[in-house]
Amino acid sequence: MFKKLTLSAITALVLGAAGALVVGTSAANAAGGAGHIEDFDFSFEGAFGTYDQHQLQRGLQIYTEVCASCHGLQYVPFRTLGDAGGPQFSEDEVRAYAEQNFEIYDEELEDFRPAKPADHFPANTSAGAPDLTLMAKARAGFHGPYGLGINQFFKGIGGPEYIASLLTGYTGEEKEEAGVTLYENTAFAGGWISMAPPLYGEDVEYADGHSNSLHHEAQDISAFLMWSAEPKMMARKQAGFTAVLFLSVLAVLLYLTNKRLWKPIKYGRKDD
Amino acid sequence: MSGIPHDSYEPKTGFEKWIHERLPVVGLVYDTIMIPTPKNLNWWWIWGIVLAYCLVHMIVTGIILAMHYTPHVDLAFASVEHITRNVNGGFMLRYLHANGAALFFFAVYIHIFRGLYYGSYKAPREITWIIGMLIFLMMMGAGFMGYVLPWGQMSFWGATVITGLFGAIPFVGEAIQTWLLGGPAVDNATLNRFFSLHYLLPFVIAALVVVHIWAFHTTGNNNPTGVDVRTDSKESVKKDTLPFWPYFVIKDLFALVVVLAIFFAVVGFMPNYLGHPDNYIEANPLVTPAHIVPEWFFLPFYAILRAFTSEVWVVQFASFITGGIIDAKFFGVIAMFAAIAVMALAPWLDTSSVRSARFRPMLKWWFWLLVVDFVVLMWLGAMPAEEPYATFSLIASAYWFGYFLVILPLMGVIEKPLTPPATIEEDFNNMYGKSADTPAE
Repeated sequence: MFKKLTLSAITALVLGAAGALVVGTSAANAAGGAGHIEDFDFSFEGAFGTYDQHQLQRGLQIYTEVCASCHGLQYVPFRTLGDAGGPQFSEDEVRAYAEQNFEIYDEELEDFRPAKPADHFPANTSAGAPDLTLMAKARAGFHGPYGLGINQFFKGIGGPEYIASLLTGYTGEEKEEAGVTLYENTAFAGGWISMAPPLYGEDVEYADGHSNSLHHEAQDISAFLMWSAEPKMMARKQAGFTAVLFLSVLAVLLYLTNKRLWKPIKYGRKDD
Repeated sequence: MSGIPHDSYEPKTGFEKWIHERLPVVGLVYDTIMIPTPKNLNWWWIWGIVLAYCLVHMIVTGIILAMHYTPHVDLAFASVEHITRNVNGGFMLRYLHANGAALFFFAVYIHIFRGLYYGSYKAPREITWIIGMLIFLMMMGAGFMGYVLPWGQMSFWGATVITGLFGAIPFVGEAIQTWLLGGPAVDNATLNRFFSLHYLLPFVIAALVVVHIWAFHTTGNNNPTGVDVRTDSKESVKKDTLPFWPYFVIKDLFALVVVLAIFFAVVGFMPNYLGHPDNYIEANPLVTPAHIVPEWFFLPFYAILRAFTSEVWVVQFASFITGGIIDAKFFGVIAMFAAIAVMALAPWLDTSSVRSARFRPMLKWWFWLLVVDFVVLMWLGAMPAEEPYATFSLIASAYWFGYFLVILPLMGVIEKPLTPPATIEEDFNNMYGKSADTPAE
């Protein structure tokens, strides 16, 4: 039985893998003339990767001081900044952060008021910039090799890497097209992006004294945006791990049960 | 219920008799789970249980998701984010449902190919097969409409492309498309009706599953040899079969748990791998994605749809003799549905006297080529509509039809099948080194 089982399992896996490759391909085609995406190392990669609370806090600081002037974060409630598995600020810190940095239009007051923890980050479309909440899941960084998407198995889909590569990918070249200034960027599909370089390095002063080089800033904001896109990632991985663990134990028990149940049928009662 | 003679339920206590005379439901359950099952079933026979699990899994997670989801163009995308962020366990729930659909289709494709290999579609199981094909069609409908609900870019543009297929029908197409969409384009009316139908279809599927099971419980399961269970006496039946409970229930449960362990690893560690990044961008009718790609389980049929362009001579011929009524677009739509229809007709296209491909030395190879063909079509469906993919698609599509329309009928004539074992008992004993004359206890 075991040989058959192994054989069937291998065939199923091969078929599955083939299917999975094809799927990777579909994601691969999304980006179009893809730019070059560097494989940054993030603490949350892999089955056991976790967010680095301090990195998320630094990323939030960059969002607040730089990105927020043009980009919204409309699906993120301020209160979640205090959630476990996130930046994990204290309740008072969250309240203070919301109040000091954002104003929300209140329909009852018919006026703007300081944001409260229950509010969401405001949407911001003033500069025609996309909302950043889900950006880390809305871009695929890796598609290869040959557009098969196999490397996503090992590197992840590559959203945060895409963002970090984009932020560090400016060459300094500019051109004007139809009255719009475009900036050359090695990560952006097509090579020219309308967003001016938002980060140059040393744009923010980190309270914890962490390096604020462009490379580090880009990584910090990318990590934060991964959190904003997938705030429950750590809980999800834990749930997944627990499920796999219990199911594996159950599988062993059922395997032994099945073996014992079939033994007299397969080999006769007398040999039992 | 079964056509195979076996011990039926006999109520023993007074209470059981009282119930049985009024509603023989215990007997129904007993006869269903004690059905004599060929004892030589191999591991390819476990996917039916996986599929039954999937249906329940999808209905349960789906019902809870529906409690928190809002089918409105302005609110749907945000409500999905609300589910992942604010609903208790929502971060698992949504991924369980989305990836559950992938498992569902993965399992159904193996289940279908198993049926094709072992000739499970052949007489007397034609109705089981046809019902199965109907279930598959319903699954595709439910899967397609479910993908529209999160209202991302791929949801919107996928819906636009697929409903556009109906627009290709000559004369009445546009009217049908408008009727389906509830307006001139994919909009709130479309989202609302898709939500409604997405909720309805699983229950239609559940009803069809009952009929599917009923049908093959009447004929009995097929098995890897394709040899019938001897039904001359209960003793012969006992030599060829074992009751479904506990032998196959435990075996299937073991397999299901292994499959679920892999499934939960996907959900826990890479839940977006099977999805499309563009669907995390809210639907925008003014921005068309660079490539509109359906979900992976539609890709083989999507490739067939796109394969027949106006440059293909078959299409030009069809267009010529119908005076242009059948254009390339409509031809593609016909081809796509025909790809499933020819599969449904397999019981009548297969002319061989032998069921199982295990004893069909030629068909065996053609079958595995069909499997490869299917995977290649899946890959091609994700590729842009340009060379060399267009030519590959055409060749792969041609083979798909060739297998069913030419190879299956032809093989029955030119192939010389091997001799299957006389009985299931013999096959089973051969597998486990027992000589056939050892008395079965």
